[in-house]
Amino acid sequence: MNWTAIKAIYVFEMARFFRTFLQSLISPVISTSLYFVVFGAAIGSRIDQVDGVNYGAFIVPGLIMLTVMTQAISNASFGIYFPKFIGTIYELLSAPISFLEIVLGYVGAAATKAMFIGVIIMITSFFFVDIQIQHPFAMVLFLVLTCISFALFGFIIGIWAKNFEQLQLVPLLIVTPLVFLGGSFYSISMLPPVWQTISMFNPVVYLISGFRWAFFGLEDVPVLTSLLAIGFFTALCLAAVYWIFKTGWRIRT
Amino acid sequence: MPCILDIKDLRKSYEGGFEALKGVTLEINEGEIIALLGPNGAGKTTLISTICGITSATSGEVKVAGHCIKDDFRAARRLIGLVPQEVALEPFEKVINTVRFSRGLFGKSRDEAAIEHILRRLSLWDKRNNPIKELSGGMKRRVLIAKALAHEPRVLFLDEPTAGVDVELRKDMWDIVADLKADGVTIILTTHYIEEAEAIADRVGVIAKGELLLVEEKAKLMARMGKKELEVQLTEPLAAIPAALSKYNLTQTADKTAVIYTYDTKGERTGITQLLNDIASAGLSLRDVSTRQSSLEDIFVTLVQEDAA
Ligand SMILES: Nc1ncnc2c1ncn2[C@@H]1O[C@H](COP(=O)(O)OP(=O)(O)OP(=O)(O)O)[C@@H](O)[C@H]1O
Ligand SMILES: [Mg+2]
Repeated sequence: MNWTAIKAIYVFEMARFFRTFLQSLISPVISTSLYFVVFGAAIGSRIDQVDGVNYGAFIVPGLIMLTVMTQAISNASFGIYFPKFIGTIYELLSAPISFLEIVLGYVGAAATKAMFIGVIIMITSFFFVDIQIQHPFAMVLFLVLTCISFALFGFIIGIWAKNFEQLQLVPLLIVTPLVFLGGSFYSISMLPPVWQTISMFNPVVYLISGFRWAFFGLEDVPVLTSLLAIGFFTALCLAAVYWIFKTGWRIRT
Repeated sequence: MPCILDIKDLRKSYEGGFEALKGVTLEINEGEIIALLGPNGAGKTTLISTICGITSATSGEVKVAGHCIKDDFRAARRLIGLVPQEVALEPFEKVINTVRFSRGLFGKSRDEAAIEHILRRLSLWDKRNNPIKELSGGMKRRVLIAKALAHEPRVLFLDEPTAGVDVELRKDMWDIVADLKADGVTIILTTHYIEEAEAIADRVGVIAKGELLLVEEKAKLMARMGKKELEVQLTEPLAAIPAALSKYNLTQTADKTAVIYTYDTKGERTGITQLLNDIASAGLSLRDVSTRQSSLEDIFVTLVQEDAA
């Protein structure tokens, strides 16, 4: 294992992030604030409480998850797609590193960035609502696992994508709907029974439920199921990454 | 000199079945400069990409200082530096950071003195803190070289290092290559400029259609294949070549004031004495004579044409 190389990739990627630090933060912070205004203030004035939790606070875990997932995906997919696009991938391919080092470097950096932004969103939300985190360790665990698994997923998208349209396609067409329908802004129990059943096929439901449990002790599905679900998703992404590694799919001609 | 790069029957078929390398075998000795000449699409870049790990070989074997590029790729690649044909750089990154990145990627610990040495050698030190997008094309090319040298490789591949580079920079590039050779770095470069191969290479290889047509020491190659031309200038323009001289296959210059005789330097006799005698007997008087050695370019063109025929 070439740790120096992993560090080099990680540092280089983080440097890109910090070079555009303000831009990287401004858009998630502004959109979170908008969500608070729209959902928290407008809808919250009618809903008031969900399962005994103030609605403004209730949506915080979902908002963090929404941001973290999209950020992890976009950072990781862009991170590996960009070298393919501008041609600097030649250096990764000719370096004395295996695919494992490439994955660790890029996914590690993307997960860190997403984590960073997730924490900023959390801090932002503290300005809007009062929150007590009941299970801080579980909260951190869910956050880290989500960052890593979705960064892995983003990495796969970045390898797969042949153009910028494809790079946007999966996040836009699949991830955003799944996250919105995953109970970010409501409890699954508020849905009609049919939709409750359908929701159970949405993997994001499990993540948000688990994350929300860490905050408030509320759960749409048992927290262990949530953990299993995210573990399963991570394993799935790892398997896909391993397959790419073995076949050189879309990287090495 | 020990062999540092051993290529055996290397084949590469791209997806879709196109065979870009049709069994290339080549041994390169430590410390030599070898120039690969070949027309567009000959397979030069494919050969380099396959050795460096950018594409995977269909069959064949490559060893770098005894390390197989497949089974022992880490050891093999640590020894190799690659300057690609296309300029590919992160536009917003600072020069020095991309060079540091390359060094780290190849597993070498941070060494600011080494980086400074490389950047100074390539006249990039003053630009070290500029983002790459602010550099000129020639500077970008040098950044690519700096990146390739960042881990102090023993074998350096230069894929058309002087394509689209002005005369001065080309000379600079040649100096850099000579410098590296002095340090014992083995250099494999591809080029379309035959003068380049002529100027800096120890050996020359000619590739066409995925086959290595020949590899030879430059001097030997030129001597073996070399033709010389004798230009005989006449005092009076000549309307037509006299029949008595027809056996020499002379050609006339456009203004008809000179005839050109092509002869083989390899031949036992060049036939020059005979020709000059015959010219005198034909009643022509000479103003001047000069000879010219044919260049690698002619050799190259002849080879590639022969192959096509
Ligand atoms: N990724 C690829 N997929 C399919 N065919 C390819 C690919 N890369 C190169 N080729 C083909 O392989 C052949 C050799 O290409 P290569 O780039 O090695 O030539 P070259 O000698 O470097 O030419 P040039 O002097 O123009 O750089 C060409 O016919 C090219 O079209
Ligand atoms: Mg080429």
